[in-house]
Amino acid sequence: MTKKLLELAGISKSYPEVIANSDISFNINTGEIHALLGENGAGKSTLVKTIYGLVKPDTGKMLLNSKQYMPGSPSEARKAGIAMVFQHFSLFEALSVAENISLGMESPPNQSKLAKNIRSVSKSYGLPLEPSKTVGSLSAGERQRVEIIRCLLQEPKLLIMDEPTSVLTPQEVQILFKTLLKLKSEGTSILYISHKLEEIRTLCDTATILRLGKKVETCIPKKTSAAELAEMMVGSSIQIPQQKKRQTGKILLSVENICSKSDNPFGTSLSDLTFDLNACEILGVGGVAGNGQDELLSILSGELMAKSGQIKLGDQIITGDKPSARRDYCVLSAPEERLGHSAAPNMTLIENTLMTASQSQQLISNGIIDWERTKAFTEKVVKKFDVRTPSVENVARSLSGGNLQKFVIGREIQQKPKVFIVNQPTWGVDASAAASIRQALLTLADYGAAILIISQDLDELLEISDRFAALNEGKLSEVRRTRDLTMDQIGLMMGGKKKLELSDV
Amino acid sequence: MFSFEKRPQPSKFWIVFTPILAVILTLIAGAILFSTLGKPPLESLKIIFWDPLFHPNYAAYSRPQLLVKAGPLILIAIGLSFGFKAGVWNIGAEGQYIIGAVIGGGVALAFYPYESIIVFPIAVLFGAIGGFLWAMIPVVLKIYFKTNEILVSLMLVYVAESVLISVSQGLLRNPDGMGFPGSRNLNQYTSSANNELIAGTGFHWGVIFALLSVIFAYFIFQKHTLGYQVKLTGEAPKAAKFAGVNPNLIVFFCLGISGTLAGLAGIFEVTGQAGQITSSFNSGYGFTAIIVAFLGRLHPVGILLAALLMALTYIGGELAQFQLQLPAASIQLFQGMLLFFLLAADILVNYKVSRKII
Repeated sequence: MTKKLLELAGISKSYPEVIANSDISFNINTGEIHALLGENGAGKSTLVKTIYGLVKPDTGKMLLNSKQYMPGSPSEARKAGIAMVFQHFSLFEALSVAENISLGMESPPNQSKLAKNIRSVSKSYGLPLEPSKTVGSLSAGERQRVEIIRCLLQEPKLLIMDEPTSVLTPQEVQILFKTLLKLKSEGTSILYISHKLEEIRTLCDTATILRLGKKVETCIPKKTSAAELAEMMVGSSIQIPQQKKRQTGKILLSVENICSKSDNPFGTSLSDLTFDLNACEILGVGGVAGNGQDELLSILSGELMAKSGQIKLGDQIITGDKPSARRDYCVLSAPEERLGHSAAPNMTLIENTLMTASQSQQLISNGIIDWERTKAFTEKVVKKFDVRTPSVENVARSLSGGNLQKFVIGREIQQKPKVFIVNQPTWGVDASAAASIRQALLTLADYGAAILIISQDLDELLEISDRFAALNEGKLSEVRRTRDLTMDQIGLMMGGKKKLELSDV
Repeated sequence: MFSFEKRPQPSKFWIVFTPILAVILTLIAGAILFSTLGKPPLESLKIIFWDPLFHPNYAAYSRPQLLVKAGPLILIAIGLSFGFKAGVWNIGAEGQYIIGAVIGGGVALAFYPYESIIVFPIAVLFGAIGGFLWAMIPVVLKIYFKTNEILVSLMLVYVAESVLISVSQGLLRNPDGMGFPGSRNLNQYTSSANNELIAGTGFHWGVIFALLSVIFAYFIFQKHTLGYQVKLTGEAPKAAKFAGVNPNLIVFFCLGISGTLAGLAGIFEVTGQAGQITSSFNSGYGFTAIIVAFLGRLHPVGILLAALLMALTYIGGELAQFQLQLPAASIQLFQGMLLFFLLAADILVNYKVSRKII
């Protein structure tokens, strides 16, 4: 006999240009892990924010333990026993764990009592955490624990978790799952937001699937196949990228003992990086965010200069070359941050094309910009990579994440790079756009390019990379053939374990 | 409750209409201001905006003044627009303008009483160099010591003012001036005089340079890669770095241009309208030009129109002071309101007002 904890009935919320939620009804039972599944823009966050008191719905009502529930603010929601762990942490790096936790509490006890509470909660839920440590020194996984413990100290009846595994190594994911199962056994309900199907199938009791703001179905994920779930989520079956058999070519880019110092005070310095990149190959670099991914891309794009070591393109040394010089050699790249780094948000797509394509497409002569040619090339990119925009005159930020990503990746691929470096190619991109981006990368490798993909999405790397390495605190693990690796080994590589220990597994 | 919602695209309509809305709001607020001062509001506005151009008695004097005053404002504001687009905030155009006048004027005085047609071009050249070099101080400090150009350029205005006071009482003081501070009158020294080219229009060399600077800026921003790089740096510095733009070059270019143009404004002013290098020849054009640059939306043609409007408020303001005994500060307040309303109305370009409760 299960008891209903939270009932949602007919929740609708619309914004001027988009209907975020339309007539959504489902129940969360006491002591269940309930998945909320959907693509980006399906309305998951709006719905969760409604439950957490950040958004007021236009219509609909909620019942908590059969009583009318409509929180006006997050603090009301917390008083009612609802806690939430956000995808992006709100922690102060310069403060200690205990101080951070007390800041988020309604009526914090004194520090020594709080530290005791933190220790006991962290012990009983298997989440090791030292209260006196500064948050700045913690890994992403540990930071998440701070957020979780902050919630648990309030003994919530419902814990909302927004994409909790996106920042974790496989081992950390296992620890988190154990914690969540323990909470469940104690009668806490969990609303688990994710788009990772396998995770949901192993962990969750029920799943509610949203698409375009509407509820598609509430089902039992263990009894539903991943393919069925995916189809409900996307609305059609996704074309899974085709990995062709490729013969790896000669070494195109070699990186030897590169060390760098990040120009960002909270950035990671790269230390002693060495690897080769072959023609017709995709090298995947995994790792938890903040372990030197941005720096690796910058050092290869030429935005960041190496302190020591060498980068060679064939026999040519390009270590000291600036971004534009590297573009002359067809070494192209696409950074992670779409708005502000790989594209200028308030400039048109045409202007954004000029940003990186001016050399290869000869869009500038004697300093004079050929806007006609730039426009023509932009239109080619938009057409070829199916970028949905009313016009190439639209500013970059008016495009959805997926479309803008298709644009920035397409802009580089259309220039036929010899070496292509990309960071998080499908981050925050809907499933069909992600599939088409991955396909484009595979096709590019088929044509003989050397590709380096930095990603935090392990499934993506396993799907399309030929070889795999992981970044940990600015160091690169050994590079191994992807198909020979097990999840355990990958986890160890991401955790920074050395070769010796790897071979023990 | 009203709230602002971000537009997916900047509104083309409001880009053009916000300056107009700002002017309308300023007129309304100005009318309220003048009536609280006990002056007839509509009459005051008429004196400020209408009489300088069309009053049978004053227009003959006022109309040419429009170009005389707009010239330096256009020159300086066009220069500033480069930096402001790139996110390089030169607040010290006033200083560059003063130093341009001092150096250029000083060179002209060194030729006195020698008469030749080359004196004026040389003075203009050195005026430009003076403004350029003064602007290089914040550039060097920013590039090598990462100082903030806003503070450095602003503080250099006060240094420049001290230099101005010093030279007008010492080095460049008129030896035949019976001990009064101020240089010889450059406008009365035939070789350096920047007189009207067409009598009765106020059209002098400074106006020609101002128009050239408008065309130059228009070309750079529409067609040239430098203009694109300037814009990209201002919009997204990280993207600019990714694109391969050298940020130091942009700082140098933007401050260099605005220093040069401000220096030109200075030498044209001191050889024309002002005539003498005195401790108060400058009339604050370097600061007013900041308003002009924003009022003109950092667009060359917009700046041209904004400078004419601003010049009109100067001339009309003087008329109003003279006719209605309006205090000078109220005219400055009136100009300040224009910038205030413009910046406030600016939000409509990227946001729309909605009545929905979030």
